[in-house]
Amino acid sequence: MSEPRIMWRKAVNNVMLTLTGVAAFGVVCVLFLILGYLIYNGGHSLNLNFFTQLPKPVGETGGGMANAIVGSLKLLLLAAVMGLPVGLLAGIYLAEFGGKTFSFIVRYVTDLLNGVPSIVIGIFAYALVVLPVKHFSALAGGVALGIMVIPITVRSTEEFLRGVPNSMREAAMALGASKWKTIATVVLPAASGGILTGMLLALARVAGETAPLLFTAFGNRYWGQGWGQPIASLPVMIYTYAISPYDDWHRQAWAAGLVLLMLVLLSNLGARFILARSKAV
Amino acid sequence: MAMKPFRDPVHMEKTTTQPTEQSIRLDITDLNFFYGPKQAVFGLNLKIPTHKVTALIGPSGCGKSTFLRTLNRMNETIRNTRVEGKVLLDGQEIHAMDVVGLRRRVGMVFQRPNPFPKSIYENVAYGLRVNGFKGRLDDLVEKSLRRAALWEEVKDVLKRSAFALSGGQQQRLCIARALAVDPEVLLLDEPCSALDPVTTAKIEELMFQLKDSCTMAIVTHNMQQAARASDFTAFMLDGKLIEHSVTSKLFTTPTDPRTEAYITGRFG
Repeated sequence: MSEPRIMWRKAVNNVMLTLTGVAAFGVVCVLFLILGYLIYNGGHSLNLNFFTQLPKPVGETGGGMANAIVGSLKLLLLAAVMGLPVGLLAGIYLAEFGGKTFSFIVRYVTDLLNGVPSIVIGIFAYALVVLPVKHFSALAGGVALGIMVIPITVRSTEEFLRGVPNSMREAAMALGASKWKTIATVVLPAASGGILTGMLLALARVAGETAPLLFTAFGNRYWGQGWGQPIASLPVMIYTYAISPYDDWHRQAWAAGLVLLMLVLLSNLGARFILARSKAV
Repeated sequence: MAMKPFRDPVHMEKTTTQPTEQSIRLDITDLNFFYGPKQAVFGLNLKIPTHKVTALIGPSGCGKSTFLRTLNRMNETIRNTRVEGKVLLDGQEIHAMDVVGLRRRVGMVFQRPNPFPKSIYENVAYGLRVNGFKGRLDDLVEKSLRRAALWEEVKDVLKRSAFALSGGQQQRLCIARALAVDPEVLLLDEPCSALDPVTTAKIEELMFQLKDSCTMAIVTHNMQQAARASDFTAFMLDGKLIEHSVTSKLFTTPTDPRTEAYITGRFG
C-alpha cells in the first residue's frame, strides 16, 4: 500500500479519536460545571437552618426550605404509591403474559406517554384533580408525578424481566409451579435488583420536575396542611426564588438547586449499589 | 387439588426393587406434535417401562427433545403449539390431568444446569414449597441431596448461592431439586451435554442408583452414554420413531438400516 494512503488513514483515525474524546470529556464537564456552579453560588446559604426552618417573609434574610424538602419527599411518596405499582404490573404483563398486538400497542403508548411534555401532564392533573375540588393540592401534584413515573417503570421492569433466562421459568414450571407462582417466586426475585433500580431512577427523574407542579401542588411558604392542600416543593421553590428580585432569595435558590441535585445523585448512587449487589448473588 | 402424599423413597425402595418386566409407566400412542404449521413429531408410539432408563437418540432436530417435553406438557408453555395423541401415565391420560399435578409426578432436568438465584437449600426446597408441603423441609432437602449424591459436598454450605457451585454440582443440584417432590418419572434432556466426562460419569452413576425409585427417559446426543446408561433405546429420525428395543440389541443388531447408519456414525 502506498505511503500517502497510510498517512491519510492514520490522520483520519486521530481526528476521529480526538472528536469523540472531546465530546466524551464535554459530557463529564457539563455535570461538574453545574455542580461547581451550584456549590459556588449556593454553598454558603446551605446550613442547618436551610434544612430546619421555614422561609422567612420578604425583606428578612435567612430562613430555610425545610417545608420544600419535606414537600418534595411527600410528593415523591405519592408518585411512588400511585405510579410504581401500575408500572410494575404493566411491565410484568408485557414481559410475561402479553400477546403480540396488544403488547405492541401498550409498548408504543408507553413510549408516547414518556414523551408527553411534563407541562401537558400537569394540565391533565389540573383538570382531573384540581378543577373538581377548586383548589391546588399535594394530591394533584402526586398524580402528575405519578403519571410520569409509570412509563419509565414499565419499560425498565419489562427489560429486566426479559433479562431473566427462560430456563429458570421452565425449571420452576417443571417443578409444578403455576405461571404466576413462577413469576412471583423465581422471575421477580431474580430481577428485583434491576427493577428496584429502575424505580429509583424513575423517581429521581421526576424529583426535579417543576412544570407539572406549578398548577397542581402549587407551592406553600408554610408547612403543608395535609394531602388535600397546596404543598411546597424544591423545584417550584427554586423557580419562585430565582425569578424574584431579592439577592438573598437567589442564593437560597442556588442552595435549593444543590440540595435537589444531591438528592438525585444520591438516589442514582443508591440504584447502582442495589444493582451491583443483586448481580453478585 | 388433592395432594398426593409424599412417598418416602427409603421405604419405597424396599417394595419396588423388583418391578415386573411388563410394568409400563408411560404409554404413548399416535403422538403428533406441531409448532404452528410445522409438524415436529409424527405418529409416535412408545412404551416407557417402570424403573428402567429409556434413552432417546437421534440427530439434532429429530424431535427427541420436543417429544420428551410433551411428556410433562412443558411444550404448552410455548405459544402456538399443538399436540395430538394419547399419553398415559399409569393408565391416566396426562392431557386430562391438572398440569401442576402432572409436573409433580413427572420431573425434568434440563440441558444446561438452571439453578435458581437462591441458596442451595432454597433450590431444593422450592418444589416442596410451591406444592404447599407442610413438614420437616430440612429432612427432605437432605434426603434429596443425598439421592443426588451431592450432600457430602454441600452439607456445610447449604446457605450459599447455588451459583457458587461448579457446573456438574449445579446439574446434580437440579436433579436433587427435581427429586425433592419425589416424581415417579424423571425426564432428562441432554443433562450432560454441558459437562465434562468425569462429571458425566457421576451423573450416569446417579441414574443407575435412581432406577430403584424412578422411571427415567433421557435424551442424549452421546451414543456411548445411551449404551452405558440405558436399558432401552429409542432411535428417532425426522420426528418419527424408527426403532425401539433393548439397548444392547439396538446397538449390536439394529433391524432398521437407518438405525445402523446412525449408530455407526454414517450421519448425524
